[in-house]
Amino acid sequence: MIGEHTVGDTVFFRGHGTLEIDPATIVPVLHRLRDRGYSFLASVHGVDYYPHEPRLGVHYELLDMGRVDRVTVKLRVPTDAPEVDSVTPDRAAPGGGVLAGWPTANHQEREVYDMFGVVFRDHPDLRRILMPEDYEGHPQRRDFPIGGEPVAFTYNDTPSLGPPR
Amino acid sequence: MAVSRQPLGPAGPGGPAGEGGPLRIRELSSRQLLRGGEIVGRTPSAHPEGADFERYVEERVLTTTLDRAVAWARSNSFFPATFGLACCAIEMMSIVAARVDVARFGFEAFRASPRQADLLILSGRVSIKMAPVVRRIYDQMLEPKWAISMGACCSSMGVFNNYALVPSDKFMPIDVHVPGCPPRPEALMHGILRLRKMVQEDPELGWRERYGAQGTEEIVPDETAGRGA
Repeated sequence: MIGEHTVGDTVFFRGHGTLEIDPATIVPVLHRLRDRGYSFLASVHGVDYYPHEPRLGVHYELLDMGRVDRVTVKLRVPTDAPEVDSVTPDRAAPGGGVLAGWPTANHQEREVYDMFGVVFRDHPDLRRILMPEDYEGHPQRRDFPIGGEPVAFTYNDTPSLGPPR
Repeated sequence: MAVSRQPLGPAGPGGPAGEGGPLRIRELSSRQLLRGGEIVGRTPSAHPEGADFERYVEERVLTTTLDRAVAWARSNSFFPATFGLACCAIEMMSIVAARVDVARFGFEAFRASPRQADLLILSGRVSIKMAPVVRRIYDQMLEPKWAISMGACCSSMGVFNNYALVPSDKFMPIDVHVPGCPPRPEALMHGILRLRKMVQEDPELGWRERYGAQGTEEIVPDETAGRGA
């Protein structure tokens, strides 16, 4: 729940505010911000802060459509425990009722999972979205090699073609 | 239909020993064509003789008029599959437009279903996730089928060198590569016409046998007919 140590740091830079919060409180924080008017979850981003720990970050961009005001919510999780509550599903309110989730975060959290390895608890369908399902590794991490395949020219790929006729 | 073959006179030129009749006729007409220089697009650098010559001729010249007619018909009626993947698809669209008009060659009938198409123009980047899908589409095409790799990205990964892309040569046989990023419509047209000339001259395209390009059709068993392939 939201307490004294929820918000770690606040930044206001070039007219744009940012909150850095405790990862365990992401769902109450976003619900509280929605009550304040920031109801539109514009995007969910993943960041790799290597070599600084905790290494993996997730950024949520919120927009208040009435006042045309944006705020960013940032959290950081370490690689050995990269778990964050998902904001996609509807949650039960403590006093009864339902707190709606943000369905837009479904694909975006899947992308953050695919590219960085952040696991979102209670996500309805957490699987890879950009890479094949059986791919190993998280490509956008900073210690992941650039990758690529050697181009198949004749001089380095001839065995599959056999002798030229 | 009966084909009557007339034996040659004694003044015919010598050929490989032990072969008579129709083979000698084939060899003679091919030799005349070669010496007259009427072969389109192929100029032999040397003149092999004997058994080498027979093999040389059979590899390069269509032996029967029916083969030649069928190859001519096939080459003038490609049905490309609508398979635009990325930016190169825009240039592929523009060859159907007025300036570089693919309809004047007879190729304007782009088919949406791979079962009805015989030319797969891979236009754009092929990602690792898309490669099995492309291969499946290629398998669903019926023989004879050809593939053109359009643009730098599917030929050789183009400007990219990352975890996501794979060159199309790695998972399917490609007949013609068209370079460019994107290739101009005229360049793609040149590639298609080059393929047309290849098909006209030698539809066997012998390299495809060792690449394993034949017999790769996907045949859906009957119990899945309700799934709607």
